[in-house]
Amino acid sequence: MSESNGHLQKKMLSNPPETIKVRIKRRENLKSDQYTDTFEVPYRRNLNVISVLMHIRKNPNTTDGRDVTPPVWDMNCLEQVCGICTMVINGHVMQSCSALVDDLLLESGDNTISLEPMSKFPNVRDLKVDRTPMFDHLKKVHAWVELDGSHDLGAGPAMPQETQQERYAYSRCMTCGCCLEACPQYDGDNYIGPQAIAQVRLFNMHPTGEMNREDRLEALMDDDGIANCGNSQNCVQVCPMGLPLTRAIYETNREVTVHGLFGWLRK
Amino acid sequence: MASKNGMKIAIVGGGLAGLAAAMKIAEAGHDVDLLSVVPVKRSHSVCAQGGINGAVNTKGEGDSPYKHFDDTVYGGDFLANQGPVKRMCDMAPAIIHLFDRMGVPFSRTKEGLLDFRRFGGTLHHRTAFAGASTGQQLLYALDEQVRRFESEGKVEKFEGWEMLSLVLDDHQVCRGLVAMNLQTLELKTFPADAVIMATGGPGLIWGKSTNSQVCTGSAVSACYQQGARYANGEFIQVHPTSIPGEDKLRLMSESARGEGGRVWVPKKQGDTRSPQSIPVEERWYFLEEKYPAYGNLVPRDIATREIFQVCLDGHGIGGDNQVYLDLTHIPAEELTRKLGAILEIYEMFVGDDPRYVPMKIFPGVHYSMGGMWVDSDQRTNIPGLLGAGECDYSIHGANRLGANSLLSCVYGGFVSAASAIEYAGGVERSTTEKNGIYDAELKKQQVINDRIIKNEGDENQYKIHEELGKIMTENVTVVRYNDRLKATDDKILELKERFHRLSINDSNLWATQAVPQARQLWNMLELARVITLGALNRDESRGAHYKPEFPDRNDEEWLKTTVAEFSDESPVFSYEDVDISGIEPRARDYSKGSSKKE
Repeated sequence: MSESNGHLQKKMLSNPPETIKVRIKRRENLKSDQYTDTFEVPYRRNLNVISVLMHIRKNPNTTDGRDVTPPVWDMNCLEQVCGICTMVINGHVMQSCSALVDDLLLESGDNTISLEPMSKFPNVRDLKVDRTPMFDHLKKVHAWVELDGSHDLGAGPAMPQETQQERYAYSRCMTCGCCLEACPQYDGDNYIGPQAIAQVRLFNMHPTGEMNREDRLEALMDDDGIANCGNSQNCVQVCPMGLPLTRAIYETNREVTVHGLFGWLRK
Repeated sequence: MASKNGMKIAIVGGGLAGLAAAMKIAEAGHDVDLLSVVPVKRSHSVCAQGGINGAVNTKGEGDSPYKHFDDTVYGGDFLANQGPVKRMCDMAPAIIHLFDRMGVPFSRTKEGLLDFRRFGGTLHHRTAFAGASTGQQLLYALDEQVRRFESEGKVEKFEGWEMLSLVLDDHQVCRGLVAMNLQTLELKTFPADAVIMATGGPGLIWGKSTNSQVCTGSAVSACYQQGARYANGEFIQVHPTSIPGEDKLRLMSESARGEGGRVWVPKKQGDTRSPQSIPVEERWYFLEEKYPAYGNLVPRDIATREIFQVCLDGHGIGGDNQVYLDLTHIPAEELTRKLGAILEIYEMFVGDDPRYVPMKIFPGVHYSMGGMWVDSDQRTNIPGLLGAGECDYSIHGANRLGANSLLSCVYGGFVSAASAIEYAGGVERSTTEKNGIYDAELKKQQVINDRIIKNEGDENQYKIHEELGKIMTENVTVVRYNDRLKATDDKILELKERFHRLSINDSNLWATQAVPQARQLWNMLELARVITLGALNRDESRGAHYKPEFPDRNDEEWLKTTVAEFSDESPVFSYEDVDISGIEPRARDYSKGSSKKE
């Protein structure tokens, strides 16, 4: 059959197990210690991690026979576009809605899945974290176009297709936090991280947004600024939306450097 | 915060409608409290894929806002009040230009101008789009503008707060609301001169739908239980093309058909060959055959019923409930450029690459045309309470056209902002603050929380929700029968009984999801009755509401808006005339060449 040639069709698990074991790292509140609960869930084809968690929520009994509180996690769109359900799954940071059990089992070769909260953000409870710092970064870098007003002022600026497509790629960032979790430099407030830098690139490329580019560049020259990037390139590998993050860092860094050298001439 | 005359407006919901309203109110110099259960950037608006309609007429097709108006009213089977629809279509081109100015990366033509695609229910290229994630892009643009006002102190966000009830004074005037912090379960009153509800749709009532998990309809149901009217609840759009999943039904955007996607099934029933090995002459392109002018782009209610019927008759792929949606005749590069994001969703969750393998799809609950009753200025029947976006009933009538939802969200947000400012300017505040209405409502809500927390019964709320979703999906979607609707209402009453015996099963109240979800469940049960009984009462077929026992539209008896009002026993229904001052109702027939009356 023509569609079975390799990448076009999904790889199937040849020997699916009857049940899967799910190890969840849990925490009662921000200050309490982490512990692990293990659950057993009947296997079905095409499960994702969210379906597994929904099953556990309905039947919160551990493999060692304890009735426990239902695990808490964040979820919303389940289509990998809202960015809320990020977790560390079998050691890799990703969206739990698009993490398919079949793929995870194929990759690990056994029937266990481990779920942990991201480690770079305050861990509210179980798998839930607080990503407020990411939204604060957006404020810091002025990630918006300065409009004169939202009343009718006619059409926007014309723009080449290429610019639009490049901007579109950056505009798909859903503030999920994968890049910050994977970044060896990011640890809370020491480095603003690739997410905000990509948004600087997005707005500096827009004909109107460009008029305030210096505000954004200066925001990246602080102690936690772009110079902290250690060029590990982890961010671009884990980004679920495929943002060209290293390119954003490279191009923005060049802009920042030029601004740092010659910006004073324009004042 | 210093604002003009100390006016404060609370907005519930931070999707497209809520953010549109917040931006306008902040821009006018007034204070906004913006409440949302999730960070606003994660609202359900991000899921809208296809685009936003506006008759900018850049393709030399002679499109106009009037034609957009006509398509919308006709597509909605004449159930929408026409005044607001007309205003929305007139405003649409300016709305699209505004988003362009805000930096939305709309797809462009070779000249660098806005590009437009065709969508269902029209013959014109009228839909501006940003790849295949237009909702995400529009929401982000407003999120950015509102963040700008937030950093200037004009908007205060309360993310992770869920609204529980309105604060009404002795004259049934809305004076604010009570909300719950989802981490601490702390209850807090939010006094406001006006409240705008912008909380989206109620898809979770069906368990699995294309909606996000926050789309419970809970807050709107709470308003309804406090006296807000709920209109046209029975009109629920079932989207023709969704991808069935364990946890939800994922949407396959109409833009797949807008860009040339063809719907077909094998002519031979139960054909087991792979789709690519079935020759074209052995494929049944049933939409193109029945509707030569619109083809695969008939309105959603029609496409849904046709797909449903084809499968019911045993023509589905392999005898199952699925049909092919085929893009493989279009060059892969073009598909990636125009539809990349949605094709990725399919590939991600199903595994096959739709550029080379036809997709398998089936209809799924998608959108509520019904919602809070509002007048032409987005005001509900409760003074000081307004509604905007999917949670209000205006604009879409009996069926919504694709790419009109993003538009109606922004339109509703803008109009409600102006109305709220006007209303709040005339509000007298001094007397109400003294009479303890805020404390009283807060206590009332605390009592409900305490009861849910302490209750120790044998019922599990997730199982009750699952049963609700199952029976609603079986009986209150594409095809409706009166005996089954009656049985559904009986079942909902049973579930309401069982709700009183539930145990929340979570001893740790910090950041518990069990308490808010239990409260949402109750509100979903109340709203499910409004939807089911509204459908039971309406003995005709119109738009998304189809009864084989009453297969025709009946304008004489049913060209009326359904209005439900809460009472302790059952919703009380009344019926209102529809404003048809602009376009005279005509038969809806997409099998002919043009939607226009010749």
